Amino acid sequence: MPNTELNKIKTPRVAITGMGIISAIGNSVESNKKALFASENGIGNITLINTIHLDAIKVGEVKLSNEALISALQLSENNNFSRTALLGLFAAKAAVKNSGIKDISAYKTGLISATTVGGMDKTELYLKQFESNPKIQKYIASHHAGDSTQKIADALGIIDFVTTISTACSSATNAIMLGARFIKSGKLDRVIVGGTDALSKFTINGFKTLMIQSEELCKPFDANRNGLNLGEAAAYLVLESEQIAIKENKPILAYVSGYANANDAFHQTASSHNGEGAFLAIDKALQNASLLPRDINYINAHGTATPNNDLSESVAIKRIFEDKVPDFSSTKAFTGHTLAAAGAVEAVFSVLALQEQVVFPNINFETEIPETGLKPVTELKRNQIQNVLSNSFGFGGNCSTLILSKA
Amino acid sequence: MKNCYIHSAVSISTQNTFETKGFLTEIVEHSTKKIEAIHPNYKNFISPSSLRRMATGVKMGVAASSKALEIANLPQPEAIITGTGMGCIEDTEKFLNSIIANKEKFLTPTSFIQSTHNTVAAQIALGLKCKVYNNTYVHGGLSFESALLDAHMHIIQDEAKNVLVGGVDELGNEFIDHVMMMENNTENGLKVPFGEGASFFVLSSDKFENCIKIKAIETISSASKEGLILRLKLFLSQNNIGPKTIDAFVTGQNGDGFDTYYDKASTLFPETLNLHYKHLSGEFYTASSFGLFIATQVLKHQTVPKSLINQGEFTKPIKTVLLYNQFKGRDHSFILLERQ
Repeated sequence: MPNTELNKIKTPRVAITGMGIISAIGNSVESNKKALFASENGIGNITLINTIHLDAIKVGEVKLSNEALISALQLSENNNFSRTALLGLFAAKAAVKNSGIKDISAYKTGLISATTVGGMDKTELYLKQFESNPKIQKYIASHHAGDSTQKIADALGIIDFVTTISTACSSATNAIMLGARFIKSGKLDRVIVGGTDALSKFTINGFKTLMIQSEELCKPFDANRNGLNLGEAAAYLVLESEQIAIKENKPILAYVSGYANANDAFHQTASSHNGEGAFLAIDKALQNASLLPRDINYINAHGTATPNNDLSESVAIKRIFEDKVPDFSSTKAFTGHTLAAAGAVEAVFSVLALQEQVVFPNINFETEIPETGLKPVTELKRNQIQNVLSNSFGFGGNCSTLILSKA
Repeated sequence: MKNCYIHSAVSISTQNTFETKGFLTEIVEHSTKKIEAIHPNYKNFISPSSLRRMATGVKMGVAASSKALEIANLPQPEAIITGTGMGCIEDTEKFLNSIIANKEKFLTPTSFIQSTHNTVAAQIALGLKCKVYNNTYVHGGLSFESALLDAHMHIIQDEAKNVLVGGVDELGNEFIDHVMMMENNTENGLKVPFGEGASFFVLSSDKFENCIKIKAIETISSASKEGLILRLKLFLSQNNIGPKTIDAFVTGQNGDGFDTYYDKASTLFPETLNLHYKHLSGEFYTASSFGLFIATQVLKHQTVPKSLINQGEFTKPIKTVLLYNQFKGRDHSFILLERQ
């Protein structure tokens, strides 16, 4: 591409014009913001799932039951929504409303959603009853990962490009990245991107076997961190080509200015000691955004509070930013690790950071990790923030980074 | 904008497609409602220590991708993208059953670790020590097409010079029986068996003689039959193609009540050779990757095995092929191929 100036003019900027979220710290963007400002976490004992690990783990549950969600969404009694789909539709509807979209078909609109568990919450309850109990057989069709996305698309009236991504804990970041690429390429004018994951016995026990769940409130980036708190959430953002947002006279909340996806290619579940995958994702995202490390004012880190992730991510951050590491924090101590939704939850928090010009605190932190000596921001901090970098890493070595910029 | 060409196509399927140079020369007849893939000797592709942990889908995906890279003479792709409808259902069932049987006690992590949907793409990357873009799509009947669309976008926008892309699904042992039960209770249910397989492709922006170009691909989440016809007409006109230019129309016909979508679409191409393949591959969410495989082989070999012909006769060279797939009346996809 010889004429870079021209290319810049032709490629539309990707504007964020709406967002919706439901997480352990609230059922709306406003309530999530309030909790972040007040340093109030949403972690507690598990109440919605019957598990023997009740006393051995702490989780970030959404405070609405399935019945409450069904009623809020005005679904019929014979619906076959998994909790993943309920949370997803709840947040996606809020995002569309927040974006002021009246007619979804007025522009070529897509939906890209992320999930890891899909309909597992129902499958794990009913697997041994599917054959004999006709009442619950409707949930056979809602097991596969695409089901929640199809339900959201149908409810919102999105008929064109609809897909689902599953790259473990980096899933929603990849959904946002794909959406941004679609807007830039002109294939879509508007796309709703994000992710949804409900808590399930399956994931709770899975993480239990890996011995990376904490019995206490998790402590990201702390020397004495002892594992993560799982969480559940759904979050969606509306991305639009900037021209359309301007033409429609819409408030632009922030821009997606850079993104990248790389693979650690080290181990199926563990991150490499030198944080290679994370390093590559951050480095490529900076290049994609045409920004330098010094342009980043805040890192919303992946920071799961597992011994392995936080050290590997810290090493990667130091490799990129050297001795000028910007303000950083993990917000997972508020919400728990919401798996496929995490990238979208943290993208919403990153937009809030840009709008409010604050760095959210990394709560529960006490002592620096000796190997890296990195200290996250521990109190709400007001600062000038132009660009936020948000990391999401997952099993399978999947590492993705987003850069969001002030409107 | 670059063009996107297929440099290799490899399929492990319920037919003899992997360890053969021929193209469906002998059809394997299946009489059961659930048919397993014909598995190669995986030791030729995967180390014994890795092999021990791998479920069927991972083995099929790693072996098929390894051969696709070998044929394309490509040691390291610049992106690895997979699609899978049910993901690693074998290990999912295994872990779930041990949770149920042991009441959440004495569990081991292996089947959980290998149960995530991105396991195939991850194991390919790990095996190649390949740190490039890596993504997995899990959207029912559009899982493979979403992966292909992403791969295609990578090539035409010059985000990558070559991409490894594939679709993979394994039957599993338990959940599939529930799916089959529901299907049997449905009026106008599937007439083809359920199957499994892995088809992988290397796409590249480099052209060579007689190579196959992916001219366009489009997916539509939902459409009425009339709406679908309008979209198909629009798709053709956007690509400057008249119905008569299509030499073969390949549909994902599976005998269920939604075949009426294919019937309606076929009326646009009354004189075109009409091909089908799911009676050979079985139905599964990424069966359309087998469809793309057979389309590439028809274009490459310029032969049409009789078993593929649904309607019409193979009389003239085949240059342009259109594939149309849908599942249960939703998740429609068009793929347009052209031999150079």
